[in-house]
Amino acid sequence: METSNQYLKFLDSLLAKPSIGAIGKTGLWRTFKPIYYRDKCIRCLLCWLYCPENAIDVNEDKTIAIDYDYCKGCGICASICPKKAIEMIVESE
Amino acid sequence: MMAVEGISPKTYRKVLIGNHAVAEAVKLARAQVIAAYPITPQTLIVEKLAEMVEKGELNAKFIRIDSEHSALAAVLGAVAAGARAFTATSSHGLLYMYEVVWWAANARLPMVMTIVTRSIAPPWNIHSDHNDLLTMRDSGWIISMAESVQEAFDLTLQGFKISEDERVLLPFVVGLDAFQLSHTAEVVDIPNQKIVDEWLPPRNPYIPYVLEPGQNFAVGNIGPNEYTMELRWYMYDAMKRAKEVIKEVDRDYAKIGGRSYGGLVERYKTSDAKYIVVTMGAWSGDAKEAVDELRDEGIPVGLLRLRFIRPFPIEELRELAFGAKAFLVVDRAMSMGYWGILGIEISAAIKEITQIRNIIAGLGGVDVSVDDFYNLFKKNIEKIECGEIREVISIEWYMPWLKK
Ligand code: SF4
Ligand code: SF4
Repeated sequence: METSNQYLKFLDSLLAKPSIGAIGKTGLWRTFKPIYYRDKCIRCLLCWLYCPENAIDVNEDKTIAIDYDYCKGCGICASICPKKAIEMIVESE
Repeated sequence: MMAVEGISPKTYRKVLIGNHAVAEAVKLARAQVIAAYPITPQTLIVEKLAEMVEKGELNAKFIRIDSEHSALAAVLGAVAAGARAFTATSSHGLLYMYEVVWWAANARLPMVMTIVTRSIAPPWNIHSDHNDLLTMRDSGWIISMAESVQEAFDLTLQGFKISEDERVLLPFVVGLDAFQLSHTAEVVDIPNQKIVDEWLPPRNPYIPYVLEPGQNFAVGNIGPNEYTMELRWYMYDAMKRAKEVIKEVDRDYAKIGGRSYGGLVERYKTSDAKYIVVTMGAWSGDAKEAVDELRDEGIPVGLLRLRFIRPFPIEELRELAFGAKAFLVVDRAMSMGYWGILGIEISAAIKEITQIRNIIAGLGGVDVSVDDFYNLFKKNIEKIECGEIREVISIEWYMPWLKK
């Protein structure tokens, strides 16, 4: 929240608004990387619901896309997926 | 107190005890949310407000709540949601709500709370001293203290205006002494609702911010350490501005209330005084009578009454200190291991300029009469005059019942 009122400048430090990547790219933390197999996916969107980082985007056709800038590699999506349509592999450069 | 010519016909008079006068002011301010837990000697304030809400005289949500901690938390939430809100407590109730006292100030939420000052146990005691109120000293609240029922009423109304001013945005507490004001009736001049409404319009809920559906932000989320320090600096700055706002509102109030008090302090016969007595709260009236008696004897003594402890009237004190031989600071609150709290505060401001005698009296509500004040002032002035008391700062516990 940015304010032009000189007396309310403190709001910038007091109020926190949700914003993408406020504390940097959490994707850098990753040691395992989720790989998505679109052909196995039944579009139930459980992975989207469970991802703690909001790193799963939903495409128009209800398939998903993983935002690797912020995916921290926790593996929750792979674990919750009923069709094993997400697999965790070791992260490599 | 300075009377302004011809009290406005838009005021009327009522005989009210201090607690009911505070309730009357909260009603006139059209508080929208009141959350409170009963504690003697404050209870009559919120009991009266509950009655006003019940009778439909005050259109507010009255929240009966499980503790003082929750009471101030509910007020904090109501203010964050845009309402004008109020609570009151005393002594142990204040100590129990203490965490939220700091939350309210650090979150910069405008509100008014009354503290009817009461001693802290043990021993269990419901009478007045000022240690409870002064635990709020460092928290970021604006801290005022009334001398009379009228002033408690006036400060409560002014408190909303000062606290909500966008230059300030800090919570505001009004202190009044247990029983001496809270349960003592006085004739009170009350401005009518119409002129109060003009003077104190409804609170702008968007200043400083409002929690409402569709607004996704959090108040006071964890953040970089620098944010904490910056917020403290903004509060420091707001407290400095509050000094001017307090004086401005005090002057402006004369238009509706017919009175101003002189800002952060009240000066009584100080212009040519060599000895300055400093007091705070209800007993200042008795101390003034003692000053009058000493004046009749030709002793050049005056009285400075602290109306505000935060922001602290350092300029006013220093100005008087330059012409004074000594300050007699009468304290109803003690900082164990050091001096009285006013003694500490005032010595920090003036000790390189003049001598200070810190008199601790009236703890636990012990009565201090005009005669007591007269003897105390006279004896100390004589001792300073003849050089028996030479230290820059010295302390005395006034407990006449222990002697002889
Ligand atoms: S949980 Fe598995 S099947 Fe369901 S949408 Fe996600 S990837 Fe597809
Ligand atoms: S691995 Fe974790 S953070 Fe990454 S997409 Fe899956 S659930 Fe989200």
